[in-house]
Amino acid sequence: MSNTKYTYAVARIRALEVSLFSDAFIEQLLACKSADQVLQSVIEKGWGDMDTEHDAEAVFKREEEKAWEVIRDTAPDMSVFDVLSYPKLYHNLKAAVKEVYAGVNNPAMFYDDCAVSGEEMLQIVENREFSRLPGNMSRTAQEALEALLHTGDGQLCDIIVDRAALDAIEEAGKRSGEPIIEDYADTTVAIADIKIAVRSQKTGKSADFMRNAMAECDSLSLDQLIRAALAGEEEIARYLEGTSYSGGADALRESPSAFERWCDNRMTETLRPQKYETFSVGPLLGYLVARQNEIKTVRIILTGKQNGFSDEAIRERIREMYV
Amino acid sequence: MNIAGELGIVYALLGAAVAVLFAGSGSAIGVGIAGQAAAGVVTEDPGKFAKVLIIQLLPGTQGLYGLLVGFITLSKIGILGGGIADVSVTTGLLILAACLPIGIVGLLSGIAQGKTAASAIGIVAKKPDQFGKAMLFPAMVETYAILALLISFLAVNGIQV
Repeated sequence: MSNTKYTYAVARIRALEVSLFSDAFIEQLLACKSADQVLQSVIEKGWGDMDTEHDAEAVFKREEEKAWEVIRDTAPDMSVFDVLSYPKLYHNLKAAVKEVYAGVNNPAMFYDDCAVSGEEMLQIVENREFSRLPGNMSRTAQEALEALLHTGDGQLCDIIVDRAALDAIEEAGKRSGEPIIEDYADTTVAIADIKIAVRSQKTGKSADFMRNAMAECDSLSLDQLIRAALAGEEEIARYLEGTSYSGGADALRESPSAFERWCDNRMTETLRPQKYETFSVGPLLGYLVARQNEIKTVRIILTGKQNGFSDEAIRERIREMYV
Repeated sequence: MNIAGELGIVYALLGAAVAVLFAGSGSAIGVGIAGQAAAGVVTEDPGKFAKVLIIQLLPGTQGLYGLLVGFITLSKIGILGGGIADVSVTTGLLILAACLPIGIVGLLSGIAQGKTAASAIGIVAKKPDQFGKAMLFPAMVETYAILALLISFLAVNGIQV
């Protein structure tokens, strides 16, 4: 009965989905007069714990930890969630390489809730013990460190690590054997490629630069995307119109923040049908991404209120909710 | 009792065993699947225990239907409540065939109903006020187990021993 191994986990997630924020609650947060009121409202909804008190960052960090705790508690196999943990893992690698190069030590730069903690990663890079890293990461770590030591080019180091992270996500999606994880991984990589194309177009980067930075995915043709990026923003939008990311074309024409918002909404859209699944890993992934989306949205509202943004300016950046 | 006569009673007993074993297995698997979902919901919200327990029990009926047919069969061939009847091979095979519907349909519908019950428990988890509607979905699967019970019951009763 292997196809029912997620039954318990999905039922728990169903019970937890009722506490996810709805669009109506996000509207209530938007209507708050100050950042303090926003924070107070989410704390009243159960965010944070005794230790976090009224420290917004501590509350957000605790909520992210809670979401992962639920998944770790319920999921029979954590390896399918590699697609979500790899960005943090590769971020730790990037931070460790840069800290070793710069000779500084700042623990705040690292994520601790992933396979290799910041402290361990720093130790690995410092002592060149790359074989301790999982998968293809050892080669990436060596390459990134050598590139930074030889050229001092931080952007080159970023490209090597970020590209490796995208390749690892795509590969983890295929390895998972779960169609929804594969779809999510492919969408993640495709959206990252689109973002690279848009930013490269704005900063006038070459085709070679884009080719090195972008990762192969099934839903986009990199050659066409690069050609479009070289021809201009409108060409990128026109290319996207012919793909499954056509919504991104309108968002791109509207504004950069609308495009960023569309990127996150596209993920939510990919996962939304998982609300009706009972026997697959999809609802777990949907819940985790929804929680992360929720935290990001509350952070946007809070920051917007702190900086005196208008409601309209904040609303433009608000992500769609999963429930 | 000759060999042919002995085979007859063996076939008849096999029929009772098929009814109880298959239908019972279907129920066990179905209640197990629904039980996993029920446990998941109760972990987060113990207040929904009664509602999810009722839905979890729905796939349990196939086992009872199998037991009923098995019981009637055993009575028919005299293993229960009297001396063992002289059952011919033909009659034994007829009884075996009569027991098949509830055995096979009981197994498959029990599993299917368990999966539907697990999904229905998801409804209760999110919308407890929709409990009545949630009950209906797994109950629909029950229809086919009842039809199989009806045929097995009529067929076993109709066979003259």
